[in-house]
Amino acid sequence: MFTLPELPYKQNALEPYIKEETVKFHYTKHHNGYVNKLNNLVEGTDFANSTLEEIIKNAEGGIFNNGAQVWNHTFYWEGFSPKGGGTPVGEIAKAINNSFGSFDDFKEKFSNAAATLFGSGWAWLVVNKQGKLEIVQASNAGNPIRDGLKPLLTCDVWEHAYYLDYQNLRPDYIKNFWEIIDWVKINERLINA
Amino acid sequence: MKSILTILILIIMSSTINLNAQHIQKELNYEFNALEPHIDAKTMEVHYSKHHAGYIAKLNKAIEGTEYSEYDLMTLQKLISEKTPAAIRNNGGGSWNHEFFWDILTPTKGMKPSKKLNDAIIRDFGSFDSFKSEFKNAALGQFGSGWAWLIIQDGKLKVVSTPNQDNPLMEFAKEKGTPILAIDVWEHAYYLKYQNLRGDYIEAFFNVVNWDKVSEYYEKAIK
Repeated sequence: MFTLPELPYKQNALEPYIKEETVKFHYTKHHNGYVNKLNNLVEGTDFANSTLEEIIKNAEGGIFNNGAQVWNHTFYWEGFSPKGGGTPVGEIAKAINNSFGSFDDFKEKFSNAAATLFGSGWAWLVVNKQGKLEIVQASNAGNPIRDGLKPLLTCDVWEHAYYLDYQNLRPDYIKNFWEIIDWVKINERLINA
Repeated sequence: MKSILTILILIIMSSTINLNAQHIQKELNYEFNALEPHIDAKTMEVHYSKHHAGYIAKLNKAIEGTEYSEYDLMTLQKLISEKTPAAIRNNGGGSWNHEFFWDILTPTKGMKPSKKLNDAIIRDFGSFDSFKSEFKNAALGQFGSGWAWLIIQDGKLKVVSTPNQDNPLMEFAKEKGTPILAIDVWEHAYYLKYQNLRGDYIEAFFNVVNWDKVSEYYEKAIK
């Protein structure tokens, strides 16, 4: 059985950047919904005892979609902190400068990837096979693990992630997204990668 | 001689104008609040004046100076292939799909499919309820952003869905046909009122379908 991981903070903790109501629906309806659908779909299949990563790498259709969405949302929530924002620290700061020139250049490129992903999906900062940082876009439930990349940071650009707060103004959501990034966590992910 | 020249100049001028055709957003046939409570005024306002208007503005920019600028919106859809630049495919689809969508909605209550359309629904789906349930499943099952459609394909009715702003008129559509009914299942179409409950939105949609218009499209398409 897959379960919904606890949110690492209260549902109102990301205010004013992401409102409580948005977090409530996003976490208790969408994220939880993916967990429930996944459990229904894997029952009696080879994936019933798989990890989410195995599902992301090998599954197709509904099992992939729901499995990847469970993983993506957990990763998204865990990348935030009410004390987040500011500039990267530690290894991640160096790696960003090495790969993108500066934090501002990186921010611009990542924001652009998030803003221009057409339809539903995710923007990702990943470590590629050469050990360099890279920004990728993925539609719908797409997850870079499937392509052998290691995710460090993600921005959910499904409309449900921002519509109650920002409606059509996805760029405003992305601008505020930077205010809640937990760079300590992102740095840990890099070190573990 | 002079009049021939004038005519020639006029032809050249009109073809130039045509080459630089800008698409203009059609006015809605009803007020933003007219579809309440099924589709709320705020959703209609943002959907029409931000999302739809945005697609048209971006389309006009994307087609400027290209071969795609010579056509009306409907013709443009049929010319969109896998080789078409993404900005034209996405914004072209977004422009036409929404125009079509507004057109098959109405605040008028109690409309029903015409006899001809109703007969065809029973012929191709067994009953109106089976059609409705197939259409609802297609709309629910479109993962991510997209549309569900009722189309005419080889003279028969068929329910299909497309991702993002693609539609059944486009060259590469897996299921091609002439749309007579559509539902937008991008989250922006229902999120302010229904949030995660797409199924409730689809049920509500059936209260505001302009069956006169859908019947008209059907009868025109089978002629």
